[in-house]
Amino acid sequence: MAETITLEVARYSPERDAAPTFQTYQVPLRKDWVVLDALNYIKDKVDGSLTYRWSCRMGICGSCGMMVNGEPKLTCATFLINYAPGPVRVEPLRYFPVVRDLVIEMTDFMVKLKNVKPWIIRREEKTLSEGEYLQTPQQLDTYKQFSMCINCMLCYAACPVYGLDPLFTGPAAIALAQRYNLDSRDQGAKERMEILSQHQGIWGCTFVGECTEVCPKHVDPAGAIQQYKLNAAKEWFKSLLMPWGSK
Amino acid sequence: MRTSEVTRTTEYTPYHPRWYRSRVSTYWWLWKWPYLKFVLRELSSIFVAYFAVLTLVQIQALSEGPEAYAEFQEWMKNPFCLALNAISLFFVLFHVLTWFNLAPRAMVVRVGGKRLPDALIAGANYVAWVVVSAAVTWFLLRKI
Repeated sequence: MAETITLEVARYSPERDAAPTFQTYQVPLRKDWVVLDALNYIKDKVDGSLTYRWSCRMGICGSCGMMVNGEPKLTCATFLINYAPGPVRVEPLRYFPVVRDLVIEMTDFMVKLKNVKPWIIRREEKTLSEGEYLQTPQQLDTYKQFSMCINCMLCYAACPVYGLDPLFTGPAAIALAQRYNLDSRDQGAKERMEILSQHQGIWGCTFVGECTEVCPKHVDPAGAIQQYKLNAAKEWFKSLLMPWGSK
Repeated sequence: MRTSEVTRTTEYTPYHPRWYRSRVSTYWWLWKWPYLKFVLRELSSIFVAYFAVLTLVQIQALSEGPEAYAEFQEWMKNPFCLALNAISLFFVLFHVLTWFNLAPRAMVVRVGGKRLPDALIAGANYVAWVVVSAAVTWFLLRKI
């Protein structure tokens, strides 16, 4: 008999349950298996009713984020062997409403992401004949780190501020706003500043820093928010000293 | 089925799925060390404020003459004040170290297109701290 490991998986059925319960499963412990493999094994061989999100199983789509032993993790990049002898507790991402089992409701994040305008804003588009917007490797380097975000929402599950104040814009959305602010082709920094310099924007962040710790793509949202704050403070002083100098 | 019908059928508000929402525990900051460290760092600002106020009180005592200052010094010698100052010193040091170490995250300095290493930014803060402390020490201990 091959070695096995126990998985304690959160189950919640909106039709039947008032609150989530844990169900335990025995799955083979293979050294090349990640938590997502174990969930797929359960769904295929043991209990077809288990519900969870996943897609690419290679750390790009950002769908399979869950709490593994209380830590936000991409389950496709979290090896079972690191949790041996177990048990491994798998729960839906913290601070989000649970739809069913391990599936969370993410509309809140989607709305916030759209609110910060994470796209290139131009005052005037260049005509086609003028050619493309060129960028040097150095200019790319200033924002590249923040552009690696895959919207997996692990940073939200790590952020106690978001848990306590669901109106907080949150780490990923602010990091992505900063990604476009730092893009040499973008001219929308002022527009975004109006949205993000509010209390629920950057100033809601108290720099716990855990968003950066859990980020599977090393985006450093905490750093992005502090840099944004510094910039907002500078702009505020500038507008105080030179009220006529508004762009 | 036309698009409008699809849209209508998906708006099933009376049977909207019952989401499960959990409350955040009041003791969330005890879950793990980084959270506790964060809360301690935030609390340390109270002790920083206390030291600032204490300095103002000290200056006021000094301005009122030698008698008032001796009284202030005597008052500072009671065990409660000593304990409070020891705790405050610990928190002020904690405040300084944690914020200096976090400084490189907020300050991105680019020289010649390259981002300066974090150690250099934090190091500059420490150097400034040592220089200012040395200057203050020299000012207090110099022979007049």
